[in-house]
Amino acid sequence: MSDHKKRQRKVRLFGDVYNLSEMGVGTLLLIPSIVFLVFTFVIPVIQVIQLSFTNYNTVTGAMNSVGFSNYVYLLTGSSSANFYQALGHTAVYAVVRLSFDLTLALLIAVMLDSKIPMKKFLRASYFAPVVVPIVASSLIWIWFYDVNIGPFNQILSALGLPTSKWLLGENTSLMSILIFSIWKGLGYNIILFLAGLQNISDTYIDAGKIDGASNWQLFWRIKFPLLRPIVSFVLLMDFIEAFKAFTEVDVMTPNGGPMRSTMLLVNYIYELAFTNGRMGRAAACALILFVIIFVFTIIQRKIGANKTVDYD
Amino acid sequence: MTKTKSKLGKLTWKNWILFAILFVGAFTMLFPFVWMFFSAFKTKADVYSYPPRWVPSTWDFSNFRKVFDMIPFLRYYWNSILTSVLQTGLIIIISVFAAYALTKLRYPGKKLFSTFLISSMFVPTVVTMIPLYLIVSSVGLNDTYAGIVLPQISTAFTTMLLCGFFESIPRDLIDAARLDGCGHMRILFRVVVPNAGGAIATATLFTFLGAWKSYTWPLIITTKTEYRTLPIGMKYLVTESSSEYQVMMAAALMAILPVLIVFIFAEKQLVRSITLTGLKS
Repeated sequence: MSDHKKRQRKVRLFGDVYNLSEMGVGTLLLIPSIVFLVFTFVIPVIQVIQLSFTNYNTVTGAMNSVGFSNYVYLLTGSSSANFYQALGHTAVYAVVRLSFDLTLALLIAVMLDSKIPMKKFLRASYFAPVVVPIVASSLIWIWFYDVNIGPFNQILSALGLPTSKWLLGENTSLMSILIFSIWKGLGYNIILFLAGLQNISDTYIDAGKIDGASNWQLFWRIKFPLLRPIVSFVLLMDFIEAFKAFTEVDVMTPNGGPMRSTMLLVNYIYELAFTNGRMGRAAACALILFVIIFVFTIIQRKIGANKTVDYD
Repeated sequence: MTKTKSKLGKLTWKNWILFAILFVGAFTMLFPFVWMFFSAFKTKADVYSYPPRWVPSTWDFSNFRKVFDMIPFLRYYWNSILTSVLQTGLIIIISVFAAYALTKLRYPGKKLFSTFLISSMFVPTVVTMIPLYLIVSSVGLNDTYAGIVLPQISTAFTTMLLCGFFESIPRDLIDAARLDGCGHMRILFRVVVPNAGGAIATATLFTFLGAWKSYTWPLIITTKTEYRTLPIGMKYLVTESSSEYQVMMAAALMAILPVLIVFIFAEKQLVRSITLTGLKS
C-alpha cells in the first residue's frame, strides 16, 4: 500500500496538478525523440541559415561571412539564369503533374467506387507503383525510353509514326520524366480519394436521388463538395512532392539531362553542394525552396479552411 | 468500408464498361513490372529483336549471375537490409515511447513538444541535408552504417500515426493496470503495445518500405562502393552495365521482390495507414 501511495505523489506546476511519477516517466520517454529532433532538425535548420550567409566552399575551403550575396547570386543578374531555369522547370513539372494526378486520380477513384468485379485487384494494381523503389522502376522506364530498342519507339515506328528522343531530347526529357512521375504517384492519390468517397454517408446520396439528381449532379453537387478537404490535401501534398522531386530525375537523366533540360530545384541544389562544393549557395537555394513550399502551404490552408462544407 | 463488402448483385452493361476501362488502366500500371519480369530472363538477342519479344524465347537465368559479376550486389543487398532494419527499429521504438507519453500521460510541456515535432514535418529534408552532411563529415561518419542510419531518424510521422491508434485504447484499461500495481513501462509493453499490435505492425511496414527506397541521403553520404545501399548501387548499374537491359531487369526484379511479397500480404494495412494520415489532416 505504501508503494502505491508513493506513486501518487502530486506536484503543482504552472497552476496544474500533476502526478510526479507520470511526469518523470513522460519526460524520460520523450528524451530519445528530443535528442534526434535536436540533431536532425534544430541544429541543421540553424546551420543552414548561417551557411546561407557564408561563401563556404568545400573545394577551396573558404569560409567567410558574405551577407546576402548568395541570395543576390541566385536571384539577380546573369548568374541567376541557372536558378530561374531550375525554378521554371520545377513549376512546369509541378503544374503538369498536379493537373494529371488530380483529374486522373479522381476519375479512377470515382470509377472504382462503383459496382464492379475484381475491385480489390484493380485497386492494388493502381497502388503497386507507389510502393516499388523509385530506382528499380526507373531502370525499367529507362529501357522503355531507349531510342533504338525501347518499346515506345518500336511501337511508334510500327505504327508508321515519327519516333521520339525521349530522355535524350532537349524538348522531350522533362515530359518523359513527367509521364514516369504521374505513373508512379497516381495510386497514392487514388487511395485517398477512394477512402474519401467511401466515407460519404449513403443518406446524402439517397436524399439526392429522391430529389431526382442525375449521377453527374450527384457527383458535382454532393460528393465533390464533401471531398474538397481531401482534394485540397492532395493538392498540397502533390505540390510539395513535386517541388522535392529528385530521385527519378537523377537516375533517369543524370547531371540535369540534355542541355540541363531536366534540372529541377533539388537537382540544382545537389549540383551546387556536391558537384561544385558551393555549400553557401546551396544552403541559400534550399532556403528559397523552403519559403516557396511554406508560402504555398499557408495559402492552401487559408483557402482550404474557407471551403469545407458540412451537411449535418 | 462497408460498401466494398457489399455483394455485387446484378451488373448492368454500364458497370461492365467501367470495369473494362479500369482493367485497361490497371494493365497499363502493371505493364512495366510484367515487362521487367519477362525481360530478366531474356537473352541479349531477345532484347535486340524486332518486333519486340514479350516472352523470352529461351529462359536464360545467367542475367542474375551477371548482376553479381558486374557489381557487389549481395553486399548492396545486405547494406540495404541492415540499414533499413536499424532505421525502422529505432524509429518505431522512439515513436512508441513518444506516442505513449503524448497520449496516456499527463505532464507539463506536452503541447510544446507536439508543436515542435509537427513543425519538423514541414521542413523538407533537402533543407537539412547540407548541414547534416557537414556535421556527419566533421565527426568522420561518412561511409559508415551509423552515418547512413542516424541522420535519417525522423520520427514525427510515425509518432503522429501511432498517437492516432493509442488514443483509441481506453483510459480505463490503463487505470485498471495501475491499480494492479503495474509501473508505466510494464503498462506500455504489456497493455498498450499488445493492444496496438496491428497499428505498430502497420507503422513498421510503412517505415521499412520508406527506408528500403531511401535514395538521396545514402547517395550523398557514401563514396565507397562497399557502403552503397541497393538504390545507389542500382543507379550506378546503368552506366556500369553499359545499358545491358536484361541485366538491369534482373537486378530490378531482385530489388523489388521483398517489396512485392510485403505488398501482396499487407496491401490492406498499407492502404489503411495512407488513408488514416491523409484523412486526418
